[in-house]
Amino acid sequence: MARPPEALTEALRYAEAETRWRPLEVAFWLATLLPFVAFPSYLALASQIAITALFALSLDLILGYAGIVSLGHAAFFGLGAYAAGIVSAKAGWGEPLSGLLIAAVVAGVVGYATGFVIARFRHLALIMITLGLGVLLHEIANQAHWLTGGADGLQGVRTWPLFGRLPFDLFGYTAYAYCLCVLFALFLGVRRMTNSPFGLSLRGIRENATRMPAIGAPSRAHVRKAYTMAAVIAGVAGALLAQTTETVALEVLSFQRSAELLVMLVLGGAGRLYGGLVGTLVFMVARDRFSGINPQYWYFWIGTLLVTVVMILPNGILGGLARVLARRRSPT
Amino acid sequence: MIGPILGVLFDGFAYGMVLFLLSVGLSVTLGMMNFVNLAHCSFAMLGGYVTVTLMNALGWPFLATLPCAFVAAAVVSVVLERGLYRRLYRASDLDQVLLTIGLTFISVAAAAYVFGTVLQEIRMPPYLRGGVSLLGLRFGVYRLFLVGVALAIALILVLALEYTRFGARVRAAVDNQRMARGLGIDVDRAFAITFALGSGLAGLGGALAIEIVGLDPAFAFTYLVYVLIVVSVGGLGSIGGSFAAASLIGISDVAGKYYVPQLGAFFIYLVMVAVLMWRPTGLLGRR
Repeated sequence: MARPPEALTEALRYAEAETRWRPLEVAFWLATLLPFVAFPSYLALASQIAITALFALSLDLILGYAGIVSLGHAAFFGLGAYAAGIVSAKAGWGEPLSGLLIAAVVAGVVGYATGFVIARFRHLALIMITLGLGVLLHEIANQAHWLTGGADGLQGVRTWPLFGRLPFDLFGYTAYAYCLCVLFALFLGVRRMTNSPFGLSLRGIRENATRMPAIGAPSRAHVRKAYTMAAVIAGVAGALLAQTTETVALEVLSFQRSAELLVMLVLGGAGRLYGGLVGTLVFMVARDRFSGINPQYWYFWIGTLLVTVVMILPNGILGGLARVLARRRSPT
Repeated sequence: MIGPILGVLFDGFAYGMVLFLLSVGLSVTLGMMNFVNLAHCSFAMLGGYVTVTLMNALGWPFLATLPCAFVAAAVVSVVLERGLYRRLYRASDLDQVLLTIGLTFISVAAAAYVFGTVLQEIRMPPYLRGGVSLLGLRFGVYRLFLVGVALAIALILVLALEYTRFGARVRAAVDNQRMARGLGIDVDRAFAITFALGSGLAGLGGALAIEIVGLDPAFAFTYLVYVLIVVSVGGLGSIGGSFAAASLIGISDVAGKYYVPQLGAFFIYLVMVAVLMWRPTGLLGRR
């Protein structure tokens, strides 16, 4: 009878080690404040990065943790963006925080409904279903010109000052602070979730979806829950974009957005909390630099990057770093 | 009343035959190795550009360029298969998707660099232009030619798979790869040959598609989606399934655009999602 308590303390020690804040993490979040002082002229880009990082975090939740390869994740980003945009442009309600909430609910409801479909499929059929649903939504938004503005984009979005006091200025101070706070808050939630027993069972489903029910974890119900959460977070990211740029282009729903997001996540390292954040940062800064030189061949570099990552860095930048660190720590 | 409907059906079927040529190779290789090759349409694009170059720069006749398109796509695909793909046969779906999407990005940028982003055009020889009247309907000669070629290829493929020793090996590998290996079949070699043939057919399809849908660097992405729809609707590893799905998607697309133009591309995605909901493994897929 001495074994169970020992195993329990072992498990507790593992959980504790996983949840403890590492110095590197603290440094990372402190560094996100740098744009305010160091590069104030890049605040608009910084907000874009924060929004996309949040979007990547939501994809990481389903792809990195639950193992669902989605080529249509932009659907939820676009839903959130249009929900927040339409509430402001058509109903005249521009309060930002309640706008986020509405976007989260809309994306979450659709995510929950489609979750029933998603949980039934694996492999190619899953990729095709996510792709198909994404394209369908893109086409609906394109046709519903009266509501979404179609290919011309949704005009007339007005975002009221934050808390009624802080207006969104031209330089993007408020916008970046707002995006960063939302990103950090949701990141805390996701971090808590992935370290919970639920998060562990998601990883179990990724490794073997048929064996998990045998130890009492209902695979499909868990996949639905994770998918809904990811949809909510993607919806919030979309709403942030709509509110800070005060316009919604049809491009928010495009296949390119889903595909590029996948590239960013994999570049950083899927299945790691910071994978999406680091990947987005590297990708968007690189695009900002390179596309200025030669926009037409930007895709050549993305392609080369993808092939290199798959061939040389199978777990992304963070996976590669972890391997180097582990090797240095145990040279003996 | 019946005339226009038949016309739409015929055009849709001809378009479906292009999709069949483009997708049949991917269907068989996917069924065999479970390798998600999203770069398949880049081979088709290569075939298209080979034909364009040979015809416009060197003045070759159209029919003579078709075998070259086939061979070029097949050779390039073998090089890539030996160099890159084979290392990822046991990797996850995600890694395969990423590698092949990366290759597609590279091919699109390379095509834009070499040929520019303009829509390429070729001049068909006189005997493939115009139309013939049959039972009061007018059929495009080129479309008839296309249907003929596709039907001939489908017939050859089915016969080769059913009645040759190599075909039996391929079928065994598709049905149960591990068992086939256990019986001493060299699955890797069979796969490499199938892969080359499938990519060659895609190259041929790309060359034949220029007249119908045009050719520009975005081809590799635009038609990738169609090809994946055909493959997943038809079921992996099934030539009959690909044929049925390609006809269905081709006819749905043309009919949808003709009768309900405001729906645009909506229609085929609806067909795909509906078929996959009904049969997750595709029309004729077994797994």
